[in-house]
Amino acid sequence: MIYIETGQFVTDYRADKSIFRLNQERWGFYLLLAIVFILVPFIGNDYWFSAILIPFLVLSLAGLGLNLLTGYAGQLSLGSAAFMAVGAFAAYNFHLRIEGLPFLISFILGGFTAAIVGILFGLPSLRIKGFYLLVSTLAAQFLVLWVFTNFSWFSNNSSSGVITAPQLIIWGHDFSTPVGRYLLTLGIVVALGFLAKSIVRSELGRNWMAVRDMDTAAAVIGISIPKTKLLAFGISSFFLGIAGSLWAFTYLGTVEPHGFDLTRSFQILFIIIIGGMGSISGNFLGAAFIVLLPILLSNVSAGLFAGAIDPGQLENFQKIIFGALIIFFLIKEPQGLAKVWQTFKQRSRVWPLRF
Amino acid sequence: MSFFFEVLTGGLLAGVMYSLVAIGFVLIYKASGVFNFAQGSMVLFSALTFVSLLERGVPFWFSFLITLLVMLVLAWSIERFVLRKLVNRSPITLFMATLGLSYIIEGLAQAVWGAQVHALDIGVSDEPFEIFGMLLSKFDLFAAAIAGGLVIVLSFLFNKTRTGILLRAVADDQLAALAVGIKLNRLWFIVWGVAGFVGLVAGLLWGARVGVQFSLSLIVLKALPVLIIGGFTSIGGAIVGGLIIGSSEKLAEVFLGPYIGGGIENWFPYVLAMLFLLVRPSGIFGERAIERV
Repeated sequence: MIYIETGQFVTDYRADKSIFRLNQERWGFYLLLAIVFILVPFIGNDYWFSAILIPFLVLSLAGLGLNLLTGYAGQLSLGSAAFMAVGAFAAYNFHLRIEGLPFLISFILGGFTAAIVGILFGLPSLRIKGFYLLVSTLAAQFLVLWVFTNFSWFSNNSSSGVITAPQLIIWGHDFSTPVGRYLLTLGIVVALGFLAKSIVRSELGRNWMAVRDMDTAAAVIGISIPKTKLLAFGISSFFLGIAGSLWAFTYLGTVEPHGFDLTRSFQILFIIIIGGMGSISGNFLGAAFIVLLPILLSNVSAGLFAGAIDPGQLENFQKIIFGALIIFFLIKEPQGLAKVWQTFKQRSRVWPLRF
Repeated sequence: MSFFFEVLTGGLLAGVMYSLVAIGFVLIYKASGVFNFAQGSMVLFSALTFVSLLERGVPFWFSFLITLLVMLVLAWSIERFVLRKLVNRSPITLFMATLGLSYIIEGLAQAVWGAQVHALDIGVSDEPFEIFGMLLSKFDLFAAAIAGGLVIVLSFLFNKTRTGILLRAVADDQLAALAVGIKLNRLWFIVWGVAGFVGLVAGLLWGARVGVQFSLSLIVLKALPVLIIGGFTSIGGAIVGGLIIGSSEKLAEVFLGPYIGGGIENWFPYVLAMLFLLVRPSGIFGERAIERV
């Protein structure tokens, strides 16, 4: 019995509907927020911020976006990176072409642009189902990258479509240091995380799940399929668009269209498979896994074999291990790391008993 | 006008090459309802194995046999360690498993055989010759003949043999097939083995065309729109889809490309496939799914 819920009674609907019903969970979450917002900026170093924490946060957000579409609404997508690219390039252009537009506003406008593009490519979902739908998101993936590479207007006539982030100044504060970029990303990701959690707990979220489980049945009980599906595409692309602009502005600083190729889409898909489909917290676990595993593998091989494995070969092994892990998760834990965490919580509640 | 026909025929023949990859897809989808993303990496793996054996001095037919054997072992292990554990799971899960599989096979192929580009000569020259005033490649015609032969053999296998009927039963409903005593494991092994064989043939032809290299696994992305236009369940559809994609892609590149900028062959097939689907949501020859609550 690591923690006890005895004596915590729910007496009204508001309390019953809260995200964290148990005091321990709520205070644990506040503690976590305090750690990541206050403690980590003091103890982390620049390498941790730039190479691990920021990509982790951005990928979590991207996973969140895809999870809304695939995990909750059941529409398989292989074009996530394209919507990230739309967000990044739109935010860049809004900031460039509208004088004095605040940064956060251009992020949000970038997100909305991505949402519109997402809805556009979501339109075929009204007529096409299942694997045939892959063609629509893959069309988005290739078409969007082609547009950004071939029409240099989008990248302000730079060579090969590279965009460079301007200085991140918000309300007079310079967020260009690693800590600043970390805090900015963290703030946005936490806010959007709450938004996502609220959406999936709302009527819309439940409609998504109904459509995912069986869309014919959902239509029969009166859920509007077109509205539900298009909202899923729109909202998911909004999240992905914001993730894309964060990827370009706070993580890399300079990004070219090919930074958003099909490999990135697969990476995001792997995050939600490993993290857990149809879960919000799972995206963070999955993203942590995806970011940390390559670092761990290269450290292990450097430690064990002291450079006896050349980098190319290491990449091959990484691929094999990734693939094997995907299959392992699908077989053993289809609901991903989020489910592992759930099980752990359940176990620690009844420990030392088994049930 | 003759230039138009030359581009068209060139495109049609290139389309046959796409169909070769798409047929491997259709086989597996028809027999197990699995959308096999790993088909491209199987093409890469078989071509790489074959060419590496050839370069080590193994005779042509002998290395063909060994590669076939390797593909059968691969099929067996896929069945044993992946599919058997995922019986009766949702199609999306199976698709994602094949995505993982493609990572494993690609990593394995390059870890064992290295990442350099190999040239492959299968004894058919790529020289152009003239027919009805059009320049055609001998190699393309050879590929078309092979594809035609494969379609006839596979159609026979699916429609006339006992195994074919069993495979169709499995595709229809795995659980029901199991219940009437069909040995699922054996059938899956057979069909993945046949898909491996088709992958090997496609790998040899593609490898002879563009060299055996990593980008071979990316032709899966070319085969996908082909498959979608033709419908997932029709071998003939894969050929027709290939012809449509191949010809329209070449025509668009030549006649449309100058106006909107080059490099459109990456996305054009997908947009075309999307338009096709808006008219026929299950492809041209695909079976329409009947939905019940």
